[in-house]
Amino acid sequence: MHAYLTAAMFTLMGFAFVASTLLLSRLLRPSAPNPDKLETYECGPLPVGDAWQQFNMHYYLFALLFVVFDVEAAFLYPWAVAYKQVGLYAVVEMILFVGLLGFGWAYAWRRKALEWD
Amino acid sequence: MAAANMTAGQDRRAVAAGQITAGVILLAALLALASVGYHAVERVRDTPVVAFIGEHPLLNAFAKSFIVANFVTLHVLFLIWWERKFAGWMQARLGPKHVGWNGLAQTVADAVKLLLKEDIIPAKADGRLFVIAPFLVFMPTLLTFMVLPFSASWVGYNFGLGALFALAVSTNVSLGILAAGWGANNKYSLLGGARACAQVLAYEVPLAITVLAVVAVSGTVSLVDIGAQQSRWWNIVAHAPVMIPAFVLFLICALAELNRTPFDLPEAESELVSGFHTEYSGMRFAFFYLAEFANNFFMAGLAVTLFFGGWFGPLLPGPVWFTIKTVGLVTAMMWIRWTVPRFRVDQMMGFCWKVLVPASLVVFCASALWGMWVQR
Repeated sequence: MHAYLTAAMFTLMGFAFVASTLLLSRLLRPSAPNPDKLETYECGPLPVGDAWQQFNMHYYLFALLFVVFDVEAAFLYPWAVAYKQVGLYAVVEMILFVGLLGFGWAYAWRRKALEWD
Repeated sequence: MAAANMTAGQDRRAVAAGQITAGVILLAALLALASVGYHAVERVRDTPVVAFIGEHPLLNAFAKSFIVANFVTLHVLFLIWWERKFAGWMQARLGPKHVGWNGLAQTVADAVKLLLKEDIIPAKADGRLFVIAPFLVFMPTLLTFMVLPFSASWVGYNFGLGALFALAVSTNVSLGILAAGWGANNKYSLLGGARACAQVLAYEVPLAITVLAVVAVSGTVSLVDIGAQQSRWWNIVAHAPVMIPAFVLFLICALAELNRTPFDLPEAESELVSGFHTEYSGMRFAFFYLAEFANNFFMAGLAVTLFFGGWFGPLLPGPVWFTIKTVGLVTAMMWIRWTVPRFRVDQMMGFCWKVLVPASLVVFCASALWGMWVQR
């Protein structure tokens, strides 16, 4: 319970810190906007079009792989704390589990899911 | 002509070396002061008022978060000065010199300048996301410091799942970076933010698995307990065959998580201007910079806790030792930064998925076996 209270307090403190500094800055800084200043920066020339347009980010497969491997890591944390009490059986189970994942990983590589282009 | 140039270069190098020496002397004085300060704080801890605050859960949490927030902000002032000085030394130039003794107050002057700068939100930007992004970057950064043990008792909270919590929270920084990249409606920013997100997510996997290797050897996830086990031998010494490869993997992944060279693709200045914070100015920009350096300290601190004996060391008190080791590791990261050139995007992703992920799984299995049979 105290852990969550402390975590909430740290988050709140982070928010308050940024907010109060920005507020202080707002009181001190000048403000003289003009259209040229508010233009999107593209190294001098006038920007062509929006940045918000469709392009292939190629993240979908990486996101899938990430979920698989990160969930695996999250599963293995409790295992890593307790496996010394369980003994050989636990180690064999873990190596089987990681081996299965390794098989999936090799399949992904074979299907060229790990290429970035 | 060439000879004259060479002597000039040597002179400059000598001056820079002199400045580094001065910095080291200053550091020694700081350490002495810090030790005295530590004992003073320990004495103040016993007074009834502070004891009362410590007992009260809400006041306790408030006081701790307030102290940590101040530490996070102020240590960055020193780290930025140190990075610039160190970079100057590596490139045979002087670095900051004029504001304060050896340019020590340069970062303070920079902070004041940023505070007084006009704030520009581009007309085409998504105003809300643009404003929220610095919060999203700074809040998780501060939250990670909650579980970082400066000593057995100098820790925000001895969280049972500390290591996992630290990894989970520190990844959230990429959310803020993505918000900044998308919100600015600038092509450079968008590419930088997208790269940062892909990179942080990809390197999170081997990072989590290498931390898992340490957890398997230690048998606990709490950072305080992992640190406390190393009172005699550091992990990297006691379990050298598995922990040295684990540390190398950890360092590579940490550099990528921190968007630091050779993995600074999200803000690659030669191709993306300055990446996701291209459109930011003034204090909002300062928070990205602050969070970057604070994260750097945090990752180094995590490595110190996991591999380098945490707060244990002779003579000086625990928190001081922890800080020395951490700043040493941060300096090593700076060294890498000014030595190694930047990766290309496809190389960076390929290196992670094809080399680091299988390597970290192998190291993890090896340390599980090591913990099972050799350690006993």
